[in-house]
Amino acid sequence: MNIPAELSYTKSHEWVRTLPDQTVEIGLTDHAQTQLGDIVFVNLPQEGDTVAAGDAFADVESVKAVSDVYSPVSGRVVAVNEELLDAPQRINEAPYEAWMIRVEVETPPQGLLSEKEYAKALEEEA
Amino acid sequence: MEKKTPLYACHERAGGKMVPFAGYLLPVQYKTGVIAEHMAVRTACGLFDVSHMGEVILKGADALHNLQKLLTNDMSGMAIGRVRYSPMCNEEGGVVDDLIAYKIAEDCYLIVVNAANREKDVAWMRDHLEGDVSLTDISDGIAQLALQGPRAQEILEKLTDETNIPKKYYSFVREASVGGIACLISRTGYTGEDGFELYCACEDAERLWNLLLEAGAQDGLIPCGLGARDTLRLEAAMPLYGHEMNDAITPLETGLGMFVKQQKEEPFIGREAILRKGEPAIARVGLKMTGRGIAREHCAVYRDGEKIGETTSGTHCPYLGQAVAMALVAITNEAPGTAVEVDVRGRRIAAEVVPLPFYKRSPKA
Repeated sequence: MNIPAELSYTKSHEWVRTLPDQTVEIGLTDHAQTQLGDIVFVNLPQEGDTVAAGDAFADVESVKAVSDVYSPVSGRVVAVNEELLDAPQRINEAPYEAWMIRVEVETPPQGLLSEKEYAKALEEEA
Repeated sequence: MEKKTPLYACHERAGGKMVPFAGYLLPVQYKTGVIAEHMAVRTACGLFDVSHMGEVILKGADALHNLQKLLTNDMSGMAIGRVRYSPMCNEEGGVVDDLIAYKIAEDCYLIVVNAANREKDVAWMRDHLEGDVSLTDISDGIAQLALQGPRAQEILEKLTDETNIPKKYYSFVREASVGGIACLISRTGYTGEDGFELYCACEDAERLWNLLLEAGAQDGLIPCGLGARDTLRLEAAMPLYGHEMNDAITPLETGLGMFVKQQKEEPFIGREAILRKGEPAIARVGLKMTGRGIAREHCAVYRDGEKIGETTSGTHCPYLGQAVAMALVAITNEAPGTAVEVDVRGRRIAAEVVPLPFYKRSPKA
């Protein structure tokens, strides 16, 4: 399973990348996309929407199931990866490039897992 | 605790993602994924383990009489070697199950029922049998493999004599042999493609599975899971028990009127109720999602703000590249082109009534 060292993670299988301007990108992990199978639809919030830590901000659908995506942070959505609306399979192909939203965070994110902690969480889950 | 089919080890080896389904552990998909498996069946060939299906033998001088009473379709006039589909109704006209019956001999039929309904069906049939007939549930000794897709015949031809391959859709060869393995070969399926269903003894299943995969590898044959089985049948608008049918919906209400022969000589169970209800007030329709979103089952359907029915199945269909659903709606809304909205988890998504099936294979050249 691919778990890049430079990202942070959640137990609900989102990854977080902090950009130089201190906004954060959020996406789904390699493990999440493997579990979901072929992703055929993504529903994303709009620029300007607010998201709250622990709340669902998007959903992704594979051929057979729907899954919510939870925000690890609270803040305002400053960008949405609209490419995913037309090419949701990008999440399967390159999960760590297929960011879903960029958020201007209110407070620094808390309780995120490091690469090692996430790998351990996956082991425990299995 | 779920049961394992005789092919469980094959699925594990092939990386099948095993899930509980109708009391069995079955692969929902392999590493290839639902889309690739679906496309393989539409364009080449796929192999499914459907050993969970129930098989029942009805035998005796009154076998046909009992079938006529139990089933809504007319089973008389069937030749030995032919297969017929029929709903089986309760006294109220609701569907107990839908099944296919194979005429093995004048006094013997093989009946294949849905796994989830097997015990209910056997009990229902036993309760209603009369005269010289016996019913034997042989499900636990039988494995069933479905070889489906435009290249299915070519693949089968590599392993068996031409005379073992049934020519007509909905016919079968009983004592066939595939690569030396005794099986019944039936030209039937649940994918909307040409193809075969092979019934063999459990102990031969693994050998038959491997033999077929090997023979078909060059032709693009891959193992397929339940996920693709569902998207394929939905794309072909084939009804599924528990979705488009249940014990409170009559076959007429779900668009299966052509399999209900109210005029046949021997009346079937449920006929009175169906006659009493008259013309159905609801219809099964196809919906194409025109807005962004995927409807699943049990989504409310609205027209001009008024609820007209509910979806029974829905998914994103890989071959069509389009989200579609089937729905039961008030019959005044069945005209193709009718604009509706589907409530998908709180969002109203635009959809349009379209003719069924969504996908139909092109006739053989």
